[in-house]
Amino acid sequence: MKIYSRELTVGGALVLLLASLAIFAPNFFEGQPFISRLASQMPALVVAIGVALVIMTRQIDISIGSQLGMCAVIAGTAAGAGMPMGVAILCSLAAGALMGATNGFLVAHLKLPSIVVTLATMVIWQEVLRLWQKGRLLALPDGVQWFGMSQGAGQAAVIGIALVLLVGAAWAMKNISAGRRIYATGSDAEAARLAGINPKAVTFGTFVMMGVLTGLAAVLNLVQSPQIQPNCGDGLELKAIAAAVVGGVAISGGRGTLWGVLLGMMLLANVNPALTYFHQPPYWEKAIQGMVILLAVGADGLRRWSGAKGHVS
Amino acid sequence: MRALKGVSFDLEVGEVHALLGENGAGKSTLIKVITGAHRADGGGMEIEGEMISDLTPAKAMELGIACIYQQPALFPDLSVAENIGLRLEKTGIFARVKWAARRRRAADLLERIGAEISTDAEVRTLSMPEQQLVEIACALGAGARIMIMDEPTASLTQKEQHLLFKVVRNLRESGVGVVYISHRLEEIFALADRVTVLRDGESVGTNAVGDLTEAQMIRLMVGREVEAIYPLAEGKPGEMVLSVKGLGCKEGGIQDVSLGVRAGEIVGLAGLVGAGRTELARVLFGITPADEGKIFLNRKEVKIRSPREAISHGVAYVPEDRRKHGVILEMAISANMVMASHGKWFPGGLLNFGAETEAAQKFIRDLGIKASGPDAPGGSLSGGNQQKVSVARWLATEPKLLILDEPTQGVDVGAKGEIHRIIRELSKQGLAVLMISSDLPEVLGMSDRVAVMREGQLADVLDGKDANAHTVMALALGSEEVTG
Repeated sequence: MKIYSRELTVGGALVLLLASLAIFAPNFFEGQPFISRLASQMPALVVAIGVALVIMTRQIDISIGSQLGMCAVIAGTAAGAGMPMGVAILCSLAAGALMGATNGFLVAHLKLPSIVVTLATMVIWQEVLRLWQKGRLLALPDGVQWFGMSQGAGQAAVIGIALVLLVGAAWAMKNISAGRRIYATGSDAEAARLAGINPKAVTFGTFVMMGVLTGLAAVLNLVQSPQIQPNCGDGLELKAIAAAVVGGVAISGGRGTLWGVLLGMMLLANVNPALTYFHQPPYWEKAIQGMVILLAVGADGLRRWSGAKGHVS
Repeated sequence: MRALKGVSFDLEVGEVHALLGENGAGKSTLIKVITGAHRADGGGMEIEGEMISDLTPAKAMELGIACIYQQPALFPDLSVAENIGLRLEKTGIFARVKWAARRRRAADLLERIGAEISTDAEVRTLSMPEQQLVEIACALGAGARIMIMDEPTASLTQKEQHLLFKVVRNLRESGVGVVYISHRLEEIFALADRVTVLRDGESVGTNAVGDLTEAQMIRLMVGREVEAIYPLAEGKPGEMVLSVKGLGCKEGGIQDVSLGVRAGEIVGLAGLVGAGRTELARVLFGITPADEGKIFLNRKEVKIRSPREAISHGVAYVPEDRRKHGVILEMAISANMVMASHGKWFPGGLLNFGAETEAAQKFIRDLGIKASGPDAPGGSLSGGNQQKVSVARWLATEPKLLILDEPTQGVDVGAKGEIHRIIRELSKQGLAVLMISSDLPEVLGMSDRVAVMREGQLADVLDGKDANAHTVMALALGSEEVTG
């Protein structure tokens, strides 16, 4: 149907990175540190799935970092007040849905630009957190860390939940009518409307979905440590957006797959550990990540450029 | 295809010379040649006895040729003086702006054309005709001797028109030659000294305005035979499928439209560009819902407030600009085809690729779509084939009423005949078809009845046998005289 060129290049780069690690630093793949690292990358992956959906509808959400902080603190407070773990999780999901619905309403129904709306809500949630928590760490009651299980089982649960979610979402994007509506809305909202799709509902829905996924990511994040920092989501939006973009989700909407997002996330997230295992200074992490983003997007630009030179439309 | 073939045209100092012709007669192309946007591949042009060759837009401007378009191209956030200054001042990047001089020049230019506009007003606060006046002032400031106005009154109210007419007369008195393009005959009689009629890219005569009657002008515009062969209707049309009574929509600028379309009938919707045909289609499809009047589908009154509702009532709309709002270019044509009927193909929301591919293959076969297969992206098809994909999308909804907006625009001749055959075939199967077209032979050849719109209203509905180029054009132009 399509040639998944970006997925193939990014996948190739990831395989190359992992293969060289396997050869030159085989202990990268050994036991507990590997699993811990993987588990710690899962919240960002879950958020990246959500933001990829948002970008596919030709919107953006940069408030997800502070949204995640809010969800985590709300869930932590609920657990601290003695509520059962399940209720705390539901609180986190509901808070995320509510914050996502706020963004979605402003963008879809009031037609405000999503970059401005989510910039505003990003700052608002950050300030709410600052005034509420005053920078304190929030200690979590026993039984929250690793869902009250052993570390190994907890990590397996975190990784399992995220991967099942990814596979399910990727399947749905291809096989469910709603998935195609997202692509259609992002490609050409007016054409979608003329075909009987309600682009407002689609846009609103993806923002709510984004919020729910942020709420889930907050849970997957907070179970990994005995306490939470209110600013635990800072910078997450950039990580997630970068993963989506590197994975081939077009910032202009309508294109991309969640498999690409997974590959993009794995590639970017493993830059730092790879540097450590290759005994290189970790300061290079951001520079290399930046270069990966530029390379991925630059490849598209080059292809378009040479295509445009080739034939006059 | 040649857009112009052998056009002769001359303009005197201090003259208003009208250019008249149907949609697609070659008026816009002629302007583009005169302003240097397109290159003529034959003939020549002289200004004050001097042969002009290798005309470019920049050179045309230097020679004093200016064009005022319907939609002024001004910077809305800047003041009038700044807009005029940007157009006329040639300075380096670091040159200081001489504000007083800039304002003085702007005020002077506006005064010369008789416009009362503050030089400090932000352009966005001006009305459309005021913006046109700013454009005219710019052109005058640039030393324009030849000013071309392309349907300047198309979006103006009566009062605004008079303001513009006054300015045009001022220009004429100051020795500017004005080429005035309009569909409105009464304007030509009110304003122009001479008129040149274009038809099918040829000039068919230049006359003093006083020497022609409206009827003669219309005859000059349309005087040709319907050449192509169109598929014929068979049998009698059936039940009334669509019927609207007193339909109006402020946003779309249409009012009091009453019209019916029967099963198995093709009703052509004719009229000039801007007469409200597409707007009527958009009302019927719920894009800009009606705010007055009634819509009946299969004799039941319905409310259509969104495309979704229209689709659920069995209305299908193949829009005009298929590149923009028809086919989604990035998606496979199979996905494009089932886009408007997911509910029917995929009850429960789970996509069934087998059914989708099968349906797509059937449409590809039935409509003769040339594509590498159901998986080919929409963007890889030619214009005519994209149009067919767009039609297929709506056939997949199993509509009762099919609205086609310029179905053969930008489609090559072969594909055009094929699309005509398909439309007739669908109507034979009992579909009610409402076809908007600016192609007069197409409207006359395809339609069982022709509805003519003018300025947002339905001028009249003609039976196929009464409809000919003269009667349709006379209605579209609002000519009082009976022609025929």
